[in-house]
Parts: sequence; C-alpha cells; structure tokens
Amino acid sequence: HDGSRAGFKFLAERGLPLHSPGHSFGTPDHYVSTAGHDLDAIAEPHRREMVVDLAQNAAKHGFTHFGLGDARQGIVHVIGPEQGITLPGIVMVCGDSHTASHGALGALAFGIGASEVAHVLATQTLWQSRKPGSMRITVDGRLRGGVFAKDVILAIIARIGAAGGTGRVIEYAGQVFRDMSVEGRLTVCNMSIEAGARAGMVAPDETTFAYLKNRPFAPQGEMWDSAVAFWRTLPSDPDAVFDAEVSLDGGEITPFATRGTSPEHAAPVTDAIPDPAVAPTAERREAYARALEYMGLAPGTRMDAIPIDRVFIGSCTNSRIEDLRAAAHVVKGRKARVPSWAVPGSGLVKRQAEAEGIDRVFKDAGFEWREPGCSMCVGMNGDVVEPGAHCASTSNRNFVGRQGQGARTHLMSPAMAAAAAVTGHITDVRRLMEGGT
Amino acid sequence: MEKFTTVDAPAVALDMANVDTDQIIPARFLWRPRAEGYGHLLFHDVRKPGFPLDAPSAQGAAVLVAGRNFGCGSSREHAAWALVDAGFRVVIAPSLGDIFYSNSFKNGLLPIVLPDARCMELRAALARNPGARMIVDLEAQTVTGPVGINDGFAIDHFDVDPFRKELLLAGEDEVGFTLRHADAIRTYEAEYSRVMPWV
Ligand code: SF4
Repeated sequence: HDGSRAGFKFLAERGLPLHSPGHSFGTPDHYVSTAGHDLDAIAEPHRREMVVDLAQNAAKHGFTHFGLGDARQGIVHVIGPEQGITLPGIVMVCGDSHTASHGALGALAFGIGASEVAHVLATQTLWQSRKPGSMRITVDGRLRGGVFAKDVILAIIARIGAAGGTGRVIEYAGQVFRDMSVEGRLTVCNMSIEAGARAGMVAPDETTFAYLKNRPFAPQGEMWDSAVAFWRTLPSDPDAVFDAEVSLDGGEITPFATRGTSPEHAAPVTDAIPDPAVAPTAERREAYARALEYMGLAPGTRMDAIPIDRVFIGSCTNSRIEDLRAAAHVVKGRKARVPSWAVPGSGLVKRQAEAEGIDRVFKDAGFEWREPGCSMCVGMNGDVVEPGAHCASTSNRNFVGRQGQGARTHLMSPAMAAAAAVTGHITDVRRLMEGGT
Repeated sequence: MEKFTTVDAPAVALDMANVDTDQIIPARFLWRPRAEGYGHLLFHDVRKPGFPLDAPSAQGAAVLVAGRNFGCGSSREHAAWALVDAGFRVVIAPSLGDIFYSNSFKNGLLPIVLPDARCMELRAALARNPGARMIVDLEAQTVTGPVGINDGFAIDHFDVDPFRKELLLAGEDEVGFTLRHADAIRTYEAEYSRVMPWV
C-alpha cells in the first residue's frame, strides 16, 4: 500500500530488483482522499506523493497495482480477498498490522515493518526466528439477533486482553465461525492483532471455497480442482494440541462497544462504566482511570447513555458489503442525528452497494457516502475526528489520538454504529431492530 | 545500522501499560522522510507537563523501562525510528508488541523482556532515583542496575534469538545475509511451484 515507500527506497539504494513481481500487489489506501476518486482530490502534496510513489514503483518493478480511478482500488485487506489474491495455505505479508485479516481464508498472514517489507521485496523471504505459539479460541453455539462478527471479536479481546495473544497465532474454531460468512471471518481475523496476536486464522471449508470460486486471481478450471483438493488437507488435525485454549459460548454474546482507549476496554452495551477502583491490579487501575479521563467518562455512566458526536462506518474491519447492508438495515427510514459517514472498503464494494440502493438509504438518512480508503480509521488522509468528540466507529483501534488528536473512539459493529447515528448516543441495536426509536 | 555491544547510560521509566505505536509516533507524521529524523516527534501527543522523558534527569537516557504490551498496535517502524533517533538503544518491558519487537532489531534497538515484577521494581527504583544508570551487555545477555544507588539493584539475564543477536552485534542487516542464500531460495521456490502451481 501507499505506506510502503521505505521498502522501495531500500531497493533503489541497493540497486536490487523486486524479487517476485508476479507475487506482489499494491493499492493506495491510507493517503487517498475519500472525497474524490482521483489524484487531484488529494490536496496536500506530501500525501499525493505517497500515492504517486506507489504507482511509479509498480510501473518500474512490474507488479499489479490497482490505482485511483480503478474500481478494484480499495483498502488492501478488503481487495486481497475480493480479488482472490488471498488463498488458503499461502504465506502473505504486508507492511500493515491488519494483514492478519487474510487468515479468514486459511492463509498464514501477518503484518511486518518497513525493514521486513524491504527484505521481502528483495528476497521474497522472511526470517522468523521466534516460532509463534498457538492458541485456539472456540466459540460454539449460535449468535443471537443483533450480534455480529465484530461483537464476537470484541468479546474475545475483552476476555483475553490486548496482550492475550502476544507471540501467538490464533485459530478461531467452533460452530460460530463455521456458520460465519467469509466477510464475518475477515472482521474477526482482522482484529487478532488487537488481542496482541501475530496472526489469526479460520480453517478453510466449503464457505471459503464458494467465496473464492471465480475470483479474478483465484485458480481457474482444472487448477481450481487441484487447489481445492490441496486446501482440504489444511485444517488442523482433530487431535491437534494448542499452547493455549479459550472458549466462549456464542449464545451468550451480546452487542459490544468499547469505552476506553484499548480494545480490551470492550463491554456489553448493556453495561455501565465500572469504577476503576475495582480493577484487579494497580497498573490496570491507573491505566483504566487514565483511559476514562481521556474519554471524558465518569464511572457509573450507562454505556447506552454515552453521547456520540460522529459516526464512521468503514475500515478494513467493517467496510464490506455485508457490513454496509447491516448498517443500512438499521438506518433505513431513520435520520442521522450527528455527522455520519459510510466509507466502502473498495470501489467494487461501493459499486455493489449502489446497485442494491444502499447508497440511497445512507444519503436519505443524511449520511455522507464517500470514496474507498482507510479514511477516519487512522486519519492519515486528513479525515479526522475533532478533539474531544466521541466517535462511534466500526474500525479496530480506539487508541489515544488514533482518529485524530483528542478524538474519543468507541468501537462497535456496523449495526451498532448505525444505531448510534440515528439516536445520537450509544444504543443497543436490538432495541431498534425490534422497531423502537 | 549501528553495532550494538554494551550500553551504559541513564534509564528512564514509563509507567504505562499498552503504550501503542500510535502514541509513540502519531500517524500524521508517517509520510515524513526517514532522513529528517523522528526523535523530536517521539510521544508527540502524549507529552504533558511532567512526562517522564522530559525530566532533566532523562537527558541522555538510552534505556527505557516500560509497562506491559509496549509497542502494541500498528506495524509502523517509525516507532522504532523515533526511539532510536531520540537516543534510545534498549527497551525493557514485561511484554512487547510482536511487530515492534521485530522492527526494533532492524534499527539497532534492543528489546528485552523481563518478568513483570522485575520491571515494576525497576520502574519504581528509577522513579525514586531519576537518572540512575543501567548497563546492558548484549554479548553476555545481561541487564545490570540501576548502578550507583542502593535501590533495586540486580543482574538480570535475558533471552535473545542467537541469529538476531549476531546481526545486532555485527551491525549487519538481514538482506545482505539472506542474499547469500539465493540458491536455497531458488530451490525452495521451484518446489513451491510444484506443490502449489496455482499461486
Ligand atoms: S483501514 Fe485502518 S486498520 Fe485498516 S489498513 Fe487502513 S488504516 Fe490500517
């Protein structure tokens, strides 16, 4: 993506070629404007330069590039699966921590830093000296209405903590993930890094194969058959032993939202803000007190009484068509009470949504319907939340200043974010689904 | 990359858990060329009055003793750049974000994991004795200190992967090393194409 400049600079300085152009793909996402789908829409020269650099490097080294103006452009973790570039059993890396998303298709995918990007560009290899540990998270049962993949992963992180998966690769197993669409699995695997894990994966199955079939870069014809035969051999053995096991009851999970500044500060929307004094250790007490101060929240406040100033539906966690459908379903026939944005994850998602009339639902409710990119997830393109404002966001990080200096992020599912948009405060979406106001 | 042998320098404690890379270096600075330096941008948005790194005793500090899950979050290597540019050569914490951990080695910054209780003890000792020195010896894999005061002193042994240690001691980057194995890579690729011709 357009933050990979240092890697290409390294190649140029060493006079090295790109080792495997055929296995390299790029698209601009972090620095693109979401107001217009072309270079001219990027007003600031330094941002434009990042996007131009990637296009020039693609031309120079001969790798596939989905640039601005191409409907296939989008957030790198949305377009990889969408194009069938992400496949079961492959090792996939990108200079971005949310590369873990691609594990939803049974790839071993993880984020790397700039030096490792340079190493991969130059050699198509990577040194892995610390063998990661393994962790299986089993969620059995069935999700209840109004509960989505995002709630499942937030519930998991709330349980195991933001460092619960550090040094590990997570396999998500159990009925809930077997029943989940590939898009839902992408949401879950995406946030593996928020649990500290290097990667997360779901065993490839018929759902995976059906999703991949006929995607542009997926194997075709006879090759497809041999690929599927191979992919069927990939799931963990039934008697596989993991370094750590965690299990949750899917039927118990309710809609979640975060209230602090770490994804582990996630809780059911029906909760109230607890007093930091009840935290188990002094360190957590202090961290939580500091988080509440930053968030401007007092203990005892009900989660669903937290006012929202802005809504962002987008990011590699939740900007695919199912996410937009779920949000539109809640928004339909209602009005947004606060500035609200819907930012599709790719040009193709946007096109599909428009074909289904989803853009109209959003626009009629007063939402802005934007061009694809990372946007307000990280604000690198200038789409930022105002200081002190509470933002209901479908992204993945509620860190201090993540969405802009002083911004207060509440992570939640697209349906929950839509509910916050139409009510102006955090709201249990199940109430609106039952027809309430 | 600068060689790493022994560091003997003032240490500073940062008593916060889950310090993510967005806090270490905010996203809006990431477009800046590496050559311009990132040291002055380290912790840009979280530096409030009284921030430990701003204390006069933190001048010349090269060892940072941090809390649980330091460097979690985004893969931005700029986090390691900012620390190195601000003069840090060692980060000690009970746990570190995986990607940050890898990135650190590539920039001559040595990440060290010590037990939670020991990190807490060190942070407390450094808070009581601002500017106290610590000695980190990569060859011997030891952290010694704080020295010169009679508070919380110990010699701790730490683990480090032998390969990464060797590169850090030599100040060599991995690419040069890997390219010497070009034949092995070609052989592997041929086998890979045989097993997964569709990739
Ligand atoms: S959408 Fe957000 S988390 Fe995803 S790649 Fe873009 S900036 Fe990173």
